[in-house]
Amino acid sequence: MNAPIPPQNPPLLSVIDLKMHFPVRGGVLKKTKGTIYALDGISFTVREGETLGIVGESGCGKTTAGRTILRLYPPTSGSVIFEGKDLARIPKKILRETRRRMQMIFQDPFESLDARQTVYEILEEPFLIHGMGNPTERKEKIHQLLDTVGLQKSAASLFPHEFSGGQRQRIGIARAIALNPRLIVCDEPVSALDVSIQSQILNLLIELQRERGLSYLFISHNLAVVKYMSESIIVMYLGKIVEHAPAELIYQNPVHPYTQALISAIPVPDPTRKRRRALLSGDLPSPRNPPAGCRFHTRCPLVLDQCRREEPLLRCHEGDPDRRVACHRSTEGIKIW
Amino acid sequence: MTQAENSFLSIRNLVTAFDTEQGSLRAVEDISFSVERGRTLGIVGESGCGKSVTALSIIRLLPRPAGRIEGGKIWFQGTDILTLPPERLNEIRGNRISMIFQEPLTSLNPVQRIGAQIGEVMGIHFPRMTKEAIGNASLELMEKVGIPDPKRCVAAYPHQISGGMRQRVMIAIALACKPDLLIADEPTTALDVTIQAQILELMKDLQKKTGMAILFITHDLGVIAEVADQVIVMYAGKIVEEASVETLFKNPAHPYTQGLLSSIPRLDSPRKAPLTIIPGMVPSLSDMPAGCRFQNRCPVKIECCKTIPPQMTALSETHSAVCHLLTGRKISP
Repeated sequence: MNAPIPPQNPPLLSVIDLKMHFPVRGGVLKKTKGTIYALDGISFTVREGETLGIVGESGCGKTTAGRTILRLYPPTSGSVIFEGKDLARIPKKILRETRRRMQMIFQDPFESLDARQTVYEILEEPFLIHGMGNPTERKEKIHQLLDTVGLQKSAASLFPHEFSGGQRQRIGIARAIALNPRLIVCDEPVSALDVSIQSQILNLLIELQRERGLSYLFISHNLAVVKYMSESIIVMYLGKIVEHAPAELIYQNPVHPYTQALISAIPVPDPTRKRRRALLSGDLPSPRNPPAGCRFHTRCPLVLDQCRREEPLLRCHEGDPDRRVACHRSTEGIKIW
Repeated sequence: MTQAENSFLSIRNLVTAFDTEQGSLRAVEDISFSVERGRTLGIVGESGCGKSVTALSIIRLLPRPAGRIEGGKIWFQGTDILTLPPERLNEIRGNRISMIFQEPLTSLNPVQRIGAQIGEVMGIHFPRMTKEAIGNASLELMEKVGIPDPKRCVAAYPHQISGGMRQRVMIAIALACKPDLLIADEPTTALDVTIQAQILELMKDLQKKTGMAILFITHDLGVIAEVADQVIVMYAGKIVEEASVETLFKNPAHPYTQGLLSSIPRLDSPRKAPLTIIPGMVPSLSDMPAGCRFQNRCPVKIECCKTIPPQMTALSETHSAVCHLLTGRKISP
């Protein structure tokens, strides 16, 4: 008898073969001189009430992914299906209405808040833009929001510079949840914060998710934080997904050699565990001129001739629909450390 | 000679202050520690705890005129660095003590080729070296720090090479005069994890070969666990705990260290289980409470924490912490 399939939450966001290529212009006439393949065909699904984590190193396209999904960048091609509509194609007017339900939290709470607005004005803005409520209702909402994110009512009359980094991130979170979104793209939300403040913010994000059934797209370079927050994880390298798996599996049994190297490179706060490292040689190639074939082949210890010629497709691994790997040698079960 | 004067590097009761609009504020207050030859001492703490100011005090690179050392001694191989005249200081600085910084791009000269920047250091410290010898030595150094194709890198400008390569260049410059002590202030914080792993390996490897001591400053407990032999935890300008790396992670004694260690999500933490938090935040330097500086965030504070500053309590030969609750208590090492 087959094992019962656990019930899955319905999908909220589906991204299909999304590409974002930025032209590089130069010279007097600003002619296009090249292209940065920041995002080169990624597909995934975020389910209701769940967190999908995206990890990768700088230049892998994780931030571009978050921004393109919210259509802060106009995608080159592909679809972003949210609530049954393709955000990549709908007119601006409908897009604006839809954006209420998808918000973003940024890495740098110092730069993402307007320094000349009070916290009250910052939090009132989303309601004003969408023409919601009268002044009394808005005031009540704003006080509720401050309370939800753990700030005093008196914070409303202060300016962002009067707060610490952690408190500013709380303001950013209050702004993001103001209009009751269903999806929040969190782009490195704790990377700029001190360790003792990070856990405060992560706890708040988890609490909000439980209470409001929010879905998160959680982008970070810190695999430990992503794993802690996410049901499933995507590993990106140079604009492509190299591996996609449930969070536990990606840590216990990473298949792609890049995922393995990434996990073994993370310093573990335990001096008794001196692990052998899968040290990658070399640097990330430029996304302006990605290597032919498998993009990881220039650093991969398992490289074959085939890898230099043919690009591996992202395929289901061992028949598991929740696991996808893009590697020619994924079935061989090789560990590189 | 006292033990402090005799040791390789010994900081005694260092006080460093900055003049600000709110008056003179002490960023580092009365800290003491030692570094042994061939060993790595890690200093860990959050922003504003004084870890970088400690490093800059040792090499006497505090921003002037705002920053100044108000008291204490810094013994380096038998000399008190703080009493040295500038000429004598330059014999030590860059020669026997070198430093690398967090952001290699801002530490390198953007309009000078890499080769010239490495060569400059040797030109200053070894004035009798010929140009050719300097060139050869530069190439050799670059090979030693794992720069592939050093000949091409010599001719490149800093913006033309990657962050990992730049940090390798910084390390090459720091090692040019074979220093006895390398001070590394967040050397891998700006780098990606796979590159960080390469740089940490490189530093360990070079230490094995040259026997230099490393003072390694970081906020990342994971990195500390990998590189340090002995660790100092700083909080609000003071040392709160010192221990061997194994003891610190296994048996943290100070409530702040305990809080820090249990608040980081680890790869094996259960998903979305609430993390331990350290409530509140670090008090500002202009508004330091009397008594223990951690009192407003401490889960186990007692009455005397409010008024009496706790003293360093030795818990074993290599482990000590500054907390009233530990007075008179010993933990087996």
